[in-house]
Amino acid sequence: MRHIVVENLSKNFRVAVRQPGLWGACRGLAARSYRTVQALDGVSFSIDAGELVGYIGPNGAGKSTTVKVLAGILVPDSGRCEVLGRVPWRERVATVQRIGAVFGQRTQLWWDLPVIESFDLLRDIYRVPAGAYARIRDELIELLDLAPLLDVPVRQLSLGQRMRCDLAASLLHSPSLLFLDEPTIGLDAVSKLAARDFVRRLNRERGVTVLLTTHDMDDIEALCERVILISKGQILSDGTLEALRAQVTPERWLIVDLLEPEQVVSDPDVTEVRRDGSRVVLRFDPRRVAAAELIARITARHAIHDLFVENPPIEEIIASLYSRERA
Amino acid sequence: MRAYWAIVSARFRMLLQYRAAAAAGFGTQLFWGLVRIMILEAFYRSTTAKQPMSLEQAIDYIWLGQAMLMMLPAWLDIEVTAMIRSGTVVYELLRPLDLYSLWFSRAVAARTAPTVLRAVPMFIAAGLFFGLRAPASPASAAAWLLAVLGALLLTCAISTLLTISLLWTISGEGIFQLTNTCMWIFSGMLVPLPLFPDWAQGALNVLPFRGLMDIPARLYSGNLSPGVAGALFLHQVLWAAGLILIGRLLLARGARRLVVQGG
Amino acid sequence: MLSGVRLYLRYIGVSVRSQMQYPASFVMLTLGAFLITGIEFIGIWALLHRFGNLKGWALSEIALLYGMVQVAFSLSDATSRGFDTFAGMIKAGDFDRLLLRPRNAAHQLAGQELTLRRAGRFSQGLVILLWAASALHIAWSAATIGLVVASILGGACLFFGLIVLQATLAFWTTESLEIVNTVTYGGVETAQYPLTIYRPWFRKFFTGVIPLACVNYFPALAILGRPAPWGLPWVSPLVGVGFLAMALQIWKVGVRRYCSTGS
Repeated sequence: MRHIVVENLSKNFRVAVRQPGLWGACRGLAARSYRTVQALDGVSFSIDAGELVGYIGPNGAGKSTTVKVLAGILVPDSGRCEVLGRVPWRERVATVQRIGAVFGQRTQLWWDLPVIESFDLLRDIYRVPAGAYARIRDELIELLDLAPLLDVPVRQLSLGQRMRCDLAASLLHSPSLLFLDEPTIGLDAVSKLAARDFVRRLNRERGVTVLLTTHDMDDIEALCERVILISKGQILSDGTLEALRAQVTPERWLIVDLLEPEQVVSDPDVTEVRRDGSRVVLRFDPRRVAAAELIARITARHAIHDLFVENPPIEEIIASLYSRERA
Repeated sequence: MRAYWAIVSARFRMLLQYRAAAAAGFGTQLFWGLVRIMILEAFYRSTTAKQPMSLEQAIDYIWLGQAMLMMLPAWLDIEVTAMIRSGTVVYELLRPLDLYSLWFSRAVAARTAPTVLRAVPMFIAAGLFFGLRAPASPASAAAWLLAVLGALLLTCAISTLLTISLLWTISGEGIFQLTNTCMWIFSGMLVPLPLFPDWAQGALNVLPFRGLMDIPARLYSGNLSPGVAGALFLHQVLWAAGLILIGRLLLARGARRLVVQGG
Repeated sequence: MLSGVRLYLRYIGVSVRSQMQYPASFVMLTLGAFLITGIEFIGIWALLHRFGNLKGWALSEIALLYGMVQVAFSLSDATSRGFDTFAGMIKAGDFDRLLLRPRNAAHQLAGQELTLRRAGRFSQGLVILLWAASALHIAWSAATIGLVVASILGGACLFFGLIVLQATLAFWTTESLEIVNTVTYGGVETAQYPLTIYRPWFRKFFTGVIPLACVNYFPALAILGRPAPWGLPWVSPLVGVGFLAMALQIWKVGVRRYCSTGS
């Protein structure tokens, strides 16, 4: 059975417009004006059991709107959608029973309670049978190394610790489908790796289907074989990450922190993207020049404080995608 | 000066934004006023004995209380209390500022917008439909304005003092609850002060809280003649001055304590 | 159904334990609430002292009305905090978290907190009620005591229903829902006095629209042996339960709207 089927999903929002200043506020007393935002515009894709799919796009693209529809907490204007065989907004309780969700920005645990009590509460909320609960809980505690955290109130946890607890909490009821929204945001490098590792094993070994919504391209690269790109409510691309990259731009960014801010960095193989004081962002094509060689050249000719090689952010990829389409 | 205007206009803007809030607060007060008036009317009709104030004066009293509600020292400067709670007030205390005057002026400025925005519609509505009369005479009107000025000084003196008290007790819940309760009863908001038992009037007349609502309201309706306005204003000012003095002392003490202790 | 009750009890246990983590604060807040809510009765006492009676009603009879409504309101106030703070939850975007759980949203909100400090209002209401029970010369029977209890429970349901309606409003506008507070707190104030003292339109509102009279005044008439207009005071507390049921239906409409507009 396909775990997620989405066909031609559309959704509009009406947003109130606030007028600035004192006079505007007085006018606002009489009447409000609205504008319409097209959050989803004919979105279609499907996800099979056991897939680990990345769902990327710039801010306001429609990612969280999509997830809300899939979770049954938002009703679309038009289109068809099935999650685990059910129409989510028609059968919210039944759908949500088999789904887990982790939001990087917000915890689903109770702020003042020790972690273990949050877990117990969730067991009751999800009606997990006692025997199964004990087994799953202990497994997750071991896998995520939560034993020292169990009696700590959630508000005293560090971000990394909280994320691990949230991951465990989302799995206590053995969902078949897991939504991850910015799960590694704000985490230090070690925690990021641990989180990614856990998700990967969850998917490969337990077959949990995962939909990962994120801005962090490193997450995507580490975990996802398949990537769906959405922008302005429309799916721009659906396939592997390499295919997306290759389709759009193979370019990478070289970010250089100069010791002398006014220096010009010139090299036949780079173009300057922007300059920020002593930090220069350069673009290069790894097919033309290898990163290592380019770095050697630049450091030979300029006094460098630090440098990084990065993938262009998703906004760049999309900008390139648009300009490519226009060309 | 510009800073104070900024505070005033910012609050105006903020209050206008929440238009539903503005209307609902106003509706709440109309409702409350009406209920209290119906209750008083029923009481007055239950006896023929003469009362220390007429029903009409009592009705004026109730509506003036509602209209000038924002003048009560029930709420404190949010920014200042946040500063005290977070401890950053120490930096303010180290500066060569007259901190008391600053806080006092802020209190005055911050009260202007809510008071005006609530009083004007309340006067209009209550005056047109619900029995609020015009001042008993031009002299009474003048006396009322004088008393309102006195009330403003008094209320800011109280609220600033309460704010300063936070320097000692960080949460201060108990003090505020107690003060608000006292203030509610002894200013006449619960029951018009003249209607309290005769044996209580002596104490009620001495306390500062009557200067907040009772004195202005009774001057307005003529229950107290304009001739005593001067003496009553003195009552308000003396109490305000006393509270300001205590406030300044406490602030200086508190400043020394905090700076020495390091917050 | 059973798992629902179990879950509710677990929620409440969590809430109680969390509040008991700060016992000093809890005691102070409860005492403070006792005082602040109790001064209302001081006002009633003062007015009755001055005027002698209220349209034929004596202090002990009014105390019965007062005690019943205060206890009823404090019961609902203690259990409805989840709905009371719902506007804030919507604004913060936290309602989605509730919807992501395979449980009724109203159920989860109901279990959010059992506000222990409402025991302040509860105890002063109970004290006054018990005093009234002893001061009134009534032959208390199982029936009359049962009616008092039923009225209190019916009243608690009514007030809870009002808070549910207030929360439902938040689906449409998160900007101040004070308008419901008007009716809630205004209703408590209103119910403390016999309904007959109010103007006809007011009486009709609190009998027909917000059936406060059914859960307080009419049962009191029966208990006091006064003539009751409709003769059905024994059933009228059920009206409170019906009101709550209706409020929950409207809540469901609100949830549907939330899911279709997304905020």
